[in-house]
Amino acid sequence: MRQLSLADAIREAMIQEMRRDSSVILMGEDVGRFNGAFHVSHGMLDEFGPTRVWDTPISEAGFMGMGIGAALTGLRPIIEFQYADFMFCAMDQIVNEAAKLRLMSGGQASVPLVMRAPQGATGRAAQHSQSVEAYFMHTPGLYLAMPSTPYDAKGLMISAIRSNDPVLILEHKLLYGAASPGGGKALTDQTISDIGSDVPEEAYTIPLGKADVKRAGTDVTIIATLIMVHRALAVAAELEKEGISCEVIDPRTLVPLDEETILESVKKTNRVVIASEDVARGGVGSELTAMIARKAFDHLDAPVACVSADNSPIPFGPAAELRVVPQISDIRQAVYQVLKD
Amino acid sequence: MTIRKPEDLVTPLDFSGMDQELLKTLFLRMVRAREFEEQLYYLFLTTKMPGTMHQATGQEAVAVGVASVLNKDDYVTSNHRGHGHCIAKDVPLDLMMAEMFAKRNGVCKGMGGSMHLCDFSKGMLGAFGIVGAGIPIASGAALSAKVRGTQQVAVSFFGDGAINEGVFHESLNMASLWKLPVVYVIENNQYALSMPNELVSAVTDLSTRGCGYNIPGETVDGNNVTAVYKAASRAVERARKGEGPFLLECITYRMRGHARFEPAEYRNKEEVELWSQYDPIKRFKEAALETGVLTEAGLSAIEEQVEHEIEAAIAFAQAGEDVGAEDYKQFIYELDNTTKDGLK
Repeated sequence: MRQLSLADAIREAMIQEMRRDSSVILMGEDVGRFNGAFHVSHGMLDEFGPTRVWDTPISEAGFMGMGIGAALTGLRPIIEFQYADFMFCAMDQIVNEAAKLRLMSGGQASVPLVMRAPQGATGRAAQHSQSVEAYFMHTPGLYLAMPSTPYDAKGLMISAIRSNDPVLILEHKLLYGAASPGGGKALTDQTISDIGSDVPEEAYTIPLGKADVKRAGTDVTIIATLIMVHRALAVAAELEKEGISCEVIDPRTLVPLDEETILESVKKTNRVVIASEDVARGGVGSELTAMIARKAFDHLDAPVACVSADNSPIPFGPAAELRVVPQISDIRQAVYQVLKD
Repeated sequence: MTIRKPEDLVTPLDFSGMDQELLKTLFLRMVRAREFEEQLYYLFLTTKMPGTMHQATGQEAVAVGVASVLNKDDYVTSNHRGHGHCIAKDVPLDLMMAEMFAKRNGVCKGMGGSMHLCDFSKGMLGAFGIVGAGIPIASGAALSAKVRGTQQVAVSFFGDGAINEGVFHESLNMASLWKLPVVYVIENNQYALSMPNELVSAVTDLSTRGCGYNIPGETVDGNNVTAVYKAASRAVERARKGEGPFLLECITYRMRGHARFEPAEYRNKEEVELWSQYDPIKRFKEAALETGVLTEAGLSAIEEQVEHEIEAAIAFAQAGEDVGAEDYKQFIYELDNTTKDGLK
């Protein structure tokens, strides 16, 4: 089977859906002439023209609201935010309008739109590095998908486009395997192996709300998202040599959350590490820990360990960024900790 | 601080080119909007109507004059003061009233209430409780009409307060750039809660705010329904022809406080009394009788019709079932299991 980068997989999903369904459009900053800041929409303006691929002004709240208006009236917009950090400019439209319209209208409205945004720390300092999932996980009325592999990215993107309710897809810049905005070589992370994976050519969907067990194991459950999935897999491979068997679960969507798959694993291993790049306070780790404590407390042999970013804006200096954002060594340490108790 | 004086703005009603049917419709819709809100006020005082509301008493000519230009499938977005916009777009009074009473037979199933009224079957995409929020959404509906190749036009109603929100500027820029079929209507009732324009806007001639975006604008007497109708007709026709957006400022006056029982003590009685003489419904009646375009009997028949409609709407609403505690669950996404924890 073919191998695609994650950026290629998302692009292929968008292109296939736009060919299939003329109501799908793409909007965002530099998505056309520039092919997208991370080249995810490469060539799409050429294929679909300016009435399907809209290069917008730098007006996040404005084009997010326009996407909602278009979604309410027969289109299926894909809205690209150039960096997840910029979503905060559009917070009112996302949180107060897109997420609430179905309920506020008594079910008359559906808002079939997809928001896509790259996130994660890559040396770009505090305003281009955040992991924003907790803000949106907290907002009822949005689905939240976080693909860690090209295969998942294509399947989740197609599901998102076909969803009648708004879906946010958060992508990690270090997983794209595509050139950076400067046009130079692809962003890479030395600590993880090649994430290129087999991606079928035909369109396929991955249901929202279905976790994937990325590696089966028996001693510890590591729940991880985006790049942390790969760091967790690296830890699992290392620890296998020490006789420790780690199960790595990627929820793939935080909303809806596949609690069943997670709890099944917890009941098997009785020890849990949660690895996520968002900050610790009020974050993914806290939420999953609470869920596990409520539903599988009796099955835990040790307190859940959360590996999250420090409660700090992401600093610029490489050594400091490395310290703030969870690394392989942090996950390894957490596994030792839950095994020790 | 100065508030616009009616005598500087008022223009005579001009019925030329408007047939009797149209004039009756304009009057009917204005009376409906007025009476609906007057009854709401009374119901809030005397019954257990939940929540709050914002009345647009005195502003009816803006909603009616603009919306009466539109086709059924044209789009409208509205704001927190939106009963009149819905009524002008023919959202049924009984469904609106039931929504106000939080009944299952309300237009939004009792889930939205006064500030989120909408009726997609009438092109009414929603009243939005966040100031300015409907502006990009109407613009997006216009973009959608353009992409789908229909002849639909979108109208966004918002107050003078909304023009200081960022989305106003972002939307105007994009709509002009892409020549979208959208008409922006500033329903300038002269107060953003307690703040008159002059204290919050660096320009007080609000229709000039389009200049920076190459959008033409016009200011009209917003208590003159024929003037509003004619200005809106020009703007909508222009948009439908693909000539792009328009910024229409309709100057009116908020006769009541900001919300339900808010006494509006930040303005003086003389000002309110002065403006009450320029009530849009009163002016319409006087001019219609004076010019003979409608008869006393014809106008009274409409008023009686509305009285019956409102009574029937209240009866419909009161006979409806109250929203149940679990009703909201129908509108939570099927896949979202976060409410199923059994912990509250």
